[in-house]
Amino acid sequence: MRRVIPIGPYHPLQEEPEFFKLIVEGEKVVELEINIGYNHRGHEFLSPKMTYEQIAYLVERICGICSNSHPLAFVQAVEDAANIKVPERALYIRTINHELERIHSHFLWLGLAGHFIGYNTVWMWAWKYREPILDIFEMVTGNRNHYAMNKIGGVRWDIKDEQIPIIENILLEVEKATWMFTKAILDDPVILARLRDVGVLPKEVAIDYGVVGPTARASGVNIDVRRDDPHAAYDRIEWDVIVFEEGDVLAKAKVRLFECLESIKIIRQCLRKMPKGEIETKVDEIPMGEGIGRAEAPRGEVFHYVRTSGMNHPIRHKIRAPSYMNIASNAYACVGYSIADAALTLAAVDPCYCCTERIFVYADDKKIMGYEDILKLSWELTEKLKRKYNKI
Amino acid sequence: MKDLLTEIKNRFKEIEVYEHNKRRLYLKIGKERIREIAHFLHKEKGLRLSIMTGVDTREGIEILYHFSDDKTGTYYTIRIITERDDPKVDTISDITKASEWIEREIWELLGVEFVGHKNLKPLLTSEDWPRDKHPLRRDYEGI
Repeated sequence: MRRVIPIGPYHPLQEEPEFFKLIVEGEKVVELEINIGYNHRGHEFLSPKMTYEQIAYLVERICGICSNSHPLAFVQAVEDAANIKVPERALYIRTINHELERIHSHFLWLGLAGHFIGYNTVWMWAWKYREPILDIFEMVTGNRNHYAMNKIGGVRWDIKDEQIPIIENILLEVEKATWMFTKAILDDPVILARLRDVGVLPKEVAIDYGVVGPTARASGVNIDVRRDDPHAAYDRIEWDVIVFEEGDVLAKAKVRLFECLESIKIIRQCLRKMPKGEIETKVDEIPMGEGIGRAEAPRGEVFHYVRTSGMNHPIRHKIRAPSYMNIASNAYACVGYSIADAALTLAAVDPCYCCTERIFVYADDKKIMGYEDILKLSWELTEKLKRKYNKI
Repeated sequence: MKDLLTEIKNRFKEIEVYEHNKRRLYLKIGKERIREIAHFLHKEKGLRLSIMTGVDTREGIEILYHFSDDKTGTYYTIRIITERDDPKVDTISDITKASEWIEREIWELLGVEFVGHKNLKPLLTSEDWPRDKHPLRRDYEGI
C-alpha cells in the first residue's frame, strides 16, 4: 500500500523551505515529488531596476555560502558583454577568494553530513576548522560572509604582503585538518557502511538532469567550469579535477574532501605567483549587448546571463544557481531506498544553508573572550552541573 | 569547436550565427525547429542544457536555450522568438529532463505555453497566484 510522508516545507532539521513528498511502500521510497518556491525573492525581477554597482550586492545575497560565486559570475557576464579586460592581479585575488569559499563551504557540508548520520563529532570538528578560513576573509575583506570583493573591472580589496604569511599558516593548519577528516571518514567502517551504495545517481541520469558540480563529478561526469572554460586565473595554475565513478553519497563526500586539498594547492600557487599591480580597471560605459558569466561555485556551475541596454541597468538578468539542477535529480536518486536513506541523499547534493553564528565578547575594541575562554566556561558549567546532581 | 558550428550550419541551413567571442555563440532559428536542434545538440552531440532564459522584447518573447559544450567550454545559445499574444513553443522536456523546471518557470513568469510538457504547473509562484499575471512581462504592473 502506498503512503505519503511529507518532509518540509519547514523542517526542524533542514532550515531551508523545500517540500519533499515521499511516496512510500512500507519502508521503501517509490516516488518523490519536489516542490520549491517557498522562498522566492524575485531577484530576476529586481535586478533590471537597479544599477550595475547595486546588482553586485543584490546577487551576493542570493546565498550566504556562495556569496562570492554569484557576484563573480555576474561581473564576468557584464565584462563579457562590454569586453572589459581585468588586471592580472585582480584575477589572482578572485581565484584565491573563490577557493577559500569552496573550502569553507565544503567544511560546512561535511559538518552537516556528519550531523545527519549521527556523528556530531565530525560536525563540531569540521566547523571548528571552518573558522580560520572565515578569519582570513575577515582579515582581507572585512567581512566573514558577503565579502563584497567583486566589482565590474576588478576587485575591491587588495591582499597585502604582510597578510600572505598569515594566510599560509592558516592553510597549513586547515590542510592538516582536511587530511585528518579524510582519513577518519575513509577508515571508519560504520560511516562507510552508512554512505556506500546509498542514493546512487548513475552517469546517464546525471547527464539527463544536467546536474553540475560535485554531484556530477561523483557520478563520473567530468565537468568543471574552472578547467573547461577558465575564468579568473585558473588557467595559470596547476591543479586536478576530482572525479569519482560510483555516484553514491560516499563518492560525493570524497569529491568534496579531495577538492578541499586541491583548493589549498590553488591558493598556495596563487599567493606565490600573484603579480604586483593594479586591482581594477576603470569602467566608463557599458554598451548595448549580451554576456554570459559562469563560475564554479562549491555546489557547481553558477550561470548568469545579462542583456545590457546601454544605460546603467540591464534589461534582463537570468540567474541559475547550481542547486536548481541538483535538487531535481533527487527525484531519481531517492527512489528504491529506505526513508532513512532519503534524508541523507537529499542532503548529499548540499542544498544551501546560511549560517553566520559565532561568539566573541568585545569591550572597548579589545577582545576579552575567545575560543579558549568559551571552552573553559563550558567545562566550568559541566563541573557545576556534576556537583549539583551529585548532591541529589 | 569550429567543427560543431559547421555541422550545425550544414544541417540547419537558415540558422543565423552571431559570434560574440570564440566561446560565446548565439544562433537564431525559427521556433518550429527547436525540438530538432535540441535533439541534435543534446542527444547526438552530448551538449548539456544549462538553462533557458525568457526575455520580453519588442519583437515578441525571446527564448534562449543555453547549451554548454563542456569539452571546449563553449556556450551555444539558441535563440527563438515567439509571439506575445498566447505564445506557444514545443517542449523539449522529453529530450532532456534539465528543461522540466525551467519550462514551468518561464510558463508562470512569462506566460509561454510549452506544448507537450507533461507537468506544466507553477514552480515558484504560490498556488493562488493569478495565472494571467506574468511578472517578467514588460507590461506587468503588480497584482
